Amino acid sequence: MNTATHTLDPHAGHAHHPTGLMRWLTTTNHKDIGTMYLTFSLLMFFLGGAMILAVRAELFQPGLQLMKPEFFNQLIGVHALVMIFAALMPAATGFANWMIPLMIGAPDMALPRLNNWGFWLLPPAALLLTMPFILALFGIGDGAVATGWTLYAPLSVQGGIGVDFAIFSIHILGISSIMGSINIIATLLNMRAPGMTLMKMPLFCWGWLVTAVLLIITLPVLAGGVTMLLTDRHFGTHFFDAAGGGDPILFQHLFWFFGHPEVYILLLPVWGLMPHVLSTFTRKPIYGHTAQVYGFIAIGVLGLIVWAHHFMTAGLPVPALLYFMYSTMAISLPLAVLFFCWIATMWRGAMSFETPMLFAIGFIVLFGIAGLTGLVLADVAADAQYHHSYFVVAHFHYALFAGGIMGVMTGVYYWLPKWTGHMYSERLGKLHFWLTVVSFNFTFMPQFFLGLAGMPRRIPDYALQFTEFNAISTVGAFVLGLSQLLFAWNIWRCVKGGDKATDQVWEGTSGLEWELSSPPPYHSWDTQPVIKSSN
Amino acid sequence: MTRLNPRPHGRFFAGLSLLLAAGAARADYTWNFPTPVTPIARDTLNIHNEFMVIITVLFVVVFSIMVYSMVKHRKSSGVEPATFTGPTGAFQWFWVLVPFGILLFIDFVLMGIPAFHAVIEMEDTRTKADMVLKVTGLQWKWQYEYPDSGIKFISTMSTPREQIEGKEAKGENYLLEVDNEVVLPVGKKVRVLLTSTDVIHTWWVPQFGVKRDAIPGFLRETWVRIEEPGVYRGQCAELCGKDHGFMPVVVRAVPEAEYAAWVDKKKTEMAAAAAGSDRAWTKDELMAAGKAGYEKNCAACHQAEGQGIPPAFPALAGSKIVTGPLLSPEGKLIPDSHVDRVLNGKTGTAMQAFKATLSDADLAAIITYERNAFGNNKGDMIQPAQIKALR
Repeated sequence: MNTATHTLDPHAGHAHHPTGLMRWLTTTNHKDIGTMYLTFSLLMFFLGGAMILAVRAELFQPGLQLMKPEFFNQLIGVHALVMIFAALMPAATGFANWMIPLMIGAPDMALPRLNNWGFWLLPPAALLLTMPFILALFGIGDGAVATGWTLYAPLSVQGGIGVDFAIFSIHILGISSIMGSINIIATLLNMRAPGMTLMKMPLFCWGWLVTAVLLIITLPVLAGGVTMLLTDRHFGTHFFDAAGGGDPILFQHLFWFFGHPEVYILLLPVWGLMPHVLSTFTRKPIYGHTAQVYGFIAIGVLGLIVWAHHFMTAGLPVPALLYFMYSTMAISLPLAVLFFCWIATMWRGAMSFETPMLFAIGFIVLFGIAGLTGLVLADVAADAQYHHSYFVVAHFHYALFAGGIMGVMTGVYYWLPKWTGHMYSERLGKLHFWLTVVSFNFTFMPQFFLGLAGMPRRIPDYALQFTEFNAISTVGAFVLGLSQLLFAWNIWRCVKGGDKATDQVWEGTSGLEWELSSPPPYHSWDTQPVIKSSN
Repeated sequence: MTRLNPRPHGRFFAGLSLLLAAGAARADYTWNFPTPVTPIARDTLNIHNEFMVIITVLFVVVFSIMVYSMVKHRKSSGVEPATFTGPTGAFQWFWVLVPFGILLFIDFVLMGIPAFHAVIEMEDTRTKADMVLKVTGLQWKWQYEYPDSGIKFISTMSTPREQIEGKEAKGENYLLEVDNEVVLPVGKKVRVLLTSTDVIHTWWVPQFGVKRDAIPGFLRETWVRIEEPGVYRGQCAELCGKDHGFMPVVVRAVPEAEYAAWVDKKKTEMAAAAAGSDRAWTKDELMAAGKAGYEKNCAACHQAEGQGIPPAFPALAGSKIVTGPLLSPEGKLIPDSHVDRVLNGKTGTAMQAFKATLSDADLAAIITYERNAFGNNKGDMIQPAQIKALR
C-alpha cells in the first residue's frame, strides 16, 4: 500500500523494516497500522453492505421470496455489528493513527506495540462474528446471532451458538477499542509539539480525545452486560430472568449506557474533521475553535446521561421519562453550536467545491435531518409511535450513514493525496458523491414515511400498504451499494498512481500535517516542530 | 379504519415502474400517522404535526443561510475570504446568542410543554378506568384476558402460509389478520396490562397511539379509549424471534350493547370447552382436534410434518421424548417426558408452558396427535380429564 520510498527527510534511510507479510504483521508504525485499519474497514463496509442488500432484496416485495425469517434476523443484526464495530470504528481509528501524530508533530503513537495488537485483534473478532454463518453451512449450530445488534435478553438467552460467538467477538472488539483509546489519550496528552497547548490542539484530535474517553467509560459496561448474558446462558445466573429475581430491562440499561455514547463515539471524530475540511475549501480560518471544543465535551457528558430514551416504551416511571426526554432535548444545544460554527466557517469564505467539500456539505445537510428528527424522537408521546418503527431506522441511518460514513468519506478524499502522494480522480469522486447522496435519500427518505404509516423494524415481510415505499427503498439501496464500488476503484487508482500531489495538497490548508511531504516519510517528525505562540 | 390496499403483485419490476410513476402517487400512499381513534393518538398526531413544522422551519432557515453563502461566497466569483474566527463586539455576540435563545425556547417551551402534558396523560392508566384487558405476548401470538368476565383466548395470525410464500394471491389484510380478534367497547377507558411468558414483545396499534413492551415476569400498563367503532390493526414491534413479523394485533371496537352480547357468547363457548375436559373422548376425536391444534400452536417451530428446524426447534418425528412413556404407572407426570414438556415447557428455549394457554381438551388432543402422527405410531392416548388432574 503506502510505501514512502522517496522523501526529503534525512532520516528516510533508516526506514528499514521487514517486507511482505511480516511487515504488516509486525509493524509498529502508525502509518502502516492506520493503513491496515482503513483497508480492513473498507472490506468490512462491503461485507456489511452485501448483507443488507440481501435484506433489502427480500423486502422489495411483500411475501418471503429469498430467505427464511431466521436468516433474515441474522443478517440485520450482523449487518449492524459489522458496520458499527468493524467498519465505522476502525475507519475512525485508522484516521487517528495516520493523522494524530502528523497533526501534533509526534514521531509516532505513544504505545506502538499496543497499537499493532489493537489492530490484529480485529480480524479474529470479525471472523468470530461471521463464522456461525459458515458453521451453519456444515450443519453446526443454527447460524449467526439473530437478536438484532442490541442482543436484548431474554431473546439472546434463548438464542443459539451465534449469540456466544457474538459475545466473544464483542469482548475482543472492546479490548481492541480500549487499547486504541488508551493509546490515543496517551499520545494526545504527552506527545504534542512544544507550544501546542491543549486548547490549540487541532479539532480532529479534540473530537478523538472525547471519543476515546467515552470508549473507556462505556465499553466496560457493555463488556460486563454481555458477560452477564453469557453467564445467564450457560452458568445458571438470573441477571435478566425475572423467575430468578433478575430483570430483562437491566440488560437494556447496560446496553444503552454504552449504546448511546457509541453514537457520539462514531460521530465525534467526524465532527472534529469537518471544521478542517470547511476551513480548507473556504480558505478561511475555523470559526469558534474553543466553542467547538466545549461543544464536544458537552455532547460527551450529555451523551452519558440520556441512554434510556432508547427504550421509552419499556414502561419506565413518569419521572424517568420526563428526565430522559428533557436531557435528550438538551443535546440539541451543543449540537447547534457545532452547526453554527460549521456554517459560520463557510460564511464569507472563498469556497470551491472539490469532492471532500461536497461530502462535507452533504454531511452537514443530511446529518441535520438526523439531528432534527432526533429532537422529535426525544418526545415520549410521539416516540411511542416512532419507536421500533422504520422512522427510527431512517433516523439513525441519517446519523450513521450520512453522518458517520459520509464523514469518513470526506476524510478519505481529504487526506488520500497526503497519504499516497497522488491526487484521486476528481471526476470519479464527484460522480461518487452525487450517486451516493441521491441514492441515499431514495433509500432512507421513504423509510421515514414507512415508520409513520406503522411499519415495525426487523420484520422480514410486511402488509400490503407498505409495498411502494419498500420497493423504492430497495432500488435506492442497490444504487447506493453499487456506487460504493466507485469509491473503492477511485482509492485503488489513487494508491497506484495519478497526478503528483503537492505537500500542501489543497490551496487553503494549514496545520503541521501539510508541512510534511506527500506522502510523508515512513518516520516523520523525528525532530519535533515548535508551534509559535502567536498562533 | 386501517388503509389497506389489495393489489395484484408479484411481478419483479412492479416496484421499478412505480418508482417511475412516483409522481402520480397512488391514493393509498400514507405520508403521516394513520387516522387517530383515541385521545392519546390524537394528541400524538397533533404534537407530531407541530414538531414536524418546527423542524422543517429550522431546517429551511438554517440551510437557506448556508446555501446563500455557498452561492455568494465562492472562489470563482473572486471574493476575498474573511479572516474572522469568532464573534467580536457586542453586536456579533448578540447575533450568536439569539439562535441559541430561540432553540432553548423551542426545546423546553414550544416542544417541552405539550410533550409534558402528553406524557402525563399517556401514563395515567388508572383514573376512571372502566375495565381491564390483560395482554400476554407469547412466541408468536397474543393471549387476551378479560378479568371482569373471565374470558381468555389466544389470537394467532390467520394469513395462510401459501400467501406468504407467494403461492396464492395476498388478501386485503395480508399479515394483519387473526383468528380471534380482541373485542373492546367503544367509549370506555380500557386499562391494558401487559406481560409476556418468554421474550420481550411490544403491543402496538398505530391508530391508538399506544405502544408498550410486554416483559416476561413483569406487568406493564397503558390505556386506550376508542372513539370510533371499527377494526384496528397493528403488529408486534419488538424483535421476538423468527416469527416476529407474523404476530399481528387486531382489535374490533364495537358499541357497548354489541360488546355485552359478545361477552355472553364467549362465556358460553368457554363453558362448552370446559365441559369437554370432563367427558371421555374417542381417539379419532382427539386426533382430529389434535391435528388442528398442532397446526395452530406447534407447526410454526416443529413444522407441519414434525420435522422441526434443528437445532433450535427439534424434530418430533421419531423424537425420543415424544415416543417415550406417556405417564408413570401411577398416572403421574414423568419429569422431562413428552407430557411434561408440553405442559411446562423448557426454560431457556422457545418451548413454552402450554398449560398456561391451552385447554385440557386441546392439550390432550395435541399430545395424542403428536404421539400418533409423523410415523410415531405409539398407539396410546391421553384424556382431557387426565390433563386436568395433572395441572
